[in-house]
This record gives sequence, structure tokens and C-alpha cells, in this order.
Amino acid sequence: MSDPSRETQAEARARRGRNIALALGLVIFVLLVFVVTLVRLGGNVGKNVF
Amino acid sequence: MAMSEALSPPVKSAEAKPARWQDFIQLLKPRVMSLVVFTGLTGLVCAGTPVHPVLAAVAILCIAVGAGASGALNMWYDADIDAKMRRTRGRPVPAGRVQGADALALGVVLSLFSVMLMGMALNWLAAGLLAFTIFFYAVVYTVWLKRWTAQNIVIGGLAGALPPVIGWAAATGTAPLNAWILCGIIFMWTPPHFWALSLYTSEDYKKAGVPMMPLVAGPASTRGQILIYSLLFTPLCLTPTLTGLGGPAYLAVAALGGLVFLLLAWRLFRSHAGEAGLQRKDDGLYDVKAGAKDARNLFAFSILYLTLLFATLLVEHLMGLKPLDLHAWGLLA
Repeated sequence: MSDPSRETQAEARARRGRNIALALGLVIFVLLVFVVTLVRLGGNVGKNVF
Repeated sequence: MAMSEALSPPVKSAEAKPARWQDFIQLLKPRVMSLVVFTGLTGLVCAGTPVHPVLAAVAILCIAVGAGASGALNMWYDADIDAKMRRTRGRPVPAGRVQGADALALGVVLSLFSVMLMGMALNWLAAGLLAFTIFFYAVVYTVWLKRWTAQNIVIGGLAGALPPVIGWAAATGTAPLNAWILCGIIFMWTPPHFWALSLYTSEDYKKAGVPMMPLVAGPASTRGQILIYSLLFTPLCLTPTLTGLGGPAYLAVAALGGLVFLLLAWRLFRSHAGEAGLQRKDDGLYDVKAGAKDARNLFAFSILYLTLLFATLLVEHLMGLKPLDLHAWGLLA
């Protein structure tokens, strides 16, 4: 009888894929917020007269 | 009982495969998402206000992710009825590949992220409309209307109709009449589209206990209601030419396509589609028995017609084609 606590190779592969996808998603979100901040800030600063 | 158990429907754990990232993509209903992206983009472009390309891309991404979040929440809540229907039993939650709690978490997180990002990047009207759309689909339609009334897809259709308004609001910060006309077109398109489909898939809905119109009012009444909605929907498709939104190409597509739509709705009305024994042959949406072909034809053409309408508007506005000047033609006072 197999040990239910032991992860099979397929489960490990699936978990690794999920983790990479989650990491990519988070990195993309952070980059998006960064780029959006640059665009919004750039536009608003450009409107000001110094 | 642990929280995750309370939130998860029973799954076939013995047969369950480990969840892959592709299963989580499937939770977002990519096909629905693509239609929502398309109509949202049309609203954004038709608004005619220059938007920074990065912000425009973020707006479309937020609409797509918001739609995906609604899909995940829908698949979490509907796992019990999805398991009973041929079309949906292979979805990740009823198939046991993804736990219900995980689908719920994905839906909630993506909802928050998409609305927040829309508000920060574009404006809070667009973000508010996006939040309302997600709420309307996930709570009003999925939790309440779908299992309660035969008008489920009529009222719930509002969620699918709002993306052009969100796109328009993202570009301008306003939601004028033309944006709501686009919304109205999708809203009025929804009943003939879904009821045509449900005429030959109602056996599935019966098994799942979903009160679709053919089961509640009968196929004959459904065919009549499809015709009535088609008579209201097709003239509505012409209104963008009156408000300066659509040009000559749009008028041609709307008028010719509208005539075909009405012809197919009339043929469906005169048919026996939806009667016992006239359901589809297998899991495909288009492979039906001879008697249900009129329903299948209207269902298929409705997708083509809506796509053509929005594609024509999109092309006209991207190419800067002028709308029809009905005043100059003496057609409007």
C-alpha cells in the first residue's frame, strides 16, 4: 500500500507548474503597477507648470 | 468541519488528478473571456478619446481578468449542477482536479486585483462598473437567478452586456448613451441566443434542475419568445447609425444580418425544435438531430452576427471612418 503522504512525480510536477504560474502572475502584477505608476505620474507631472 | 471542506463540493478523489496550472486557466472560462475582451475593446475604441496605449492595455486586461474571476466564482458555486450536465461535467471542480475552495480563492483574489488595478490605472467609474459586473454575474445571476427563475439569462444577461460600458468608461470616465446602446444590443441578443441553445440542450438542464425557459414554459412558448426578442433586438442594432456611432458599413452589416437573424428566428418559430426527442446527438453544441437544426442555426448565426456588428464598429472607428450624417440626408430633423 502506498504512503498517502508521499507526493507522486505527477503531483510534484503539477505543483511546480502551479507555483511557477503563481510567481509569474505576481511578477506581472507588480510590473503592471510599476508601469502604470510611471505613466500616470509622468502625465500628471507633465501638466504642472514649475 | 474544516473551512476548505465546507467550501468544496464532493469530488471523485480516487480518480482526481493533481491540479495543473491549465486547470486554473480553464476556471477563468477563456472563451467567454475572449468575447468580453472583444466587446470591452470595442467600447474603449468607440469612445473616441485618446488613451495611453499602456493604460488601454491595462483596462482590457482588467476587464478580461474580472470576467475570468466571475467565471471562477461561477464554477465554484455551480460545481454541483455542472457535474450533472454533459457540457460542463469535465470542468476542473466537478471533475475533481481543483478543490472548490481553491476556485473560490482564485475568483475573489482576481476580482480584487482587477477592480483595484482598474481604479488606480484608469478611473473609479470603470472600476465600479467592473465590480458591479462581477457581483452581478457571481451573486445575482449564479447564486440567485440561475436556479430560481426562467428569466435567469434575461436578467443575468446584463453582466455579459456591460463590458462595452466599462471599456467606454475606462477611456472617458463617463458612460454616455452610445455606451448603453452597445450594452442594450448585447442584452437583447442574449435571450434569443441562449434560448435557441437551450431548446436542444434542455435535457441537460432538466437533469441539473436549472429552470431554463423550454422546461418551464415549454418549447412552443420559448420559440415565440425568441421571435419577440428578435423583433426587438434587430431594430435596436440599427440605432448606432442614428446616434453617430455606426457608419455605412455598420448599417449594411446590421441591416442585412438583422434580416437573416429574423428569418432564422421565424423558421425556428415555425419548427418543432425543443420537442421531445429533438435534442442534440452528443456533447457537441452544433451536432443536433434534424428537428433541432433551426435552433442550432439561430444559435450559431447569433454568435456570428454579434461578432460582425462589434467588429464593424471597431474597424470603422479604428480607420476613422465618419458615421452616417442622417441630418445631411434629411432623414433626421
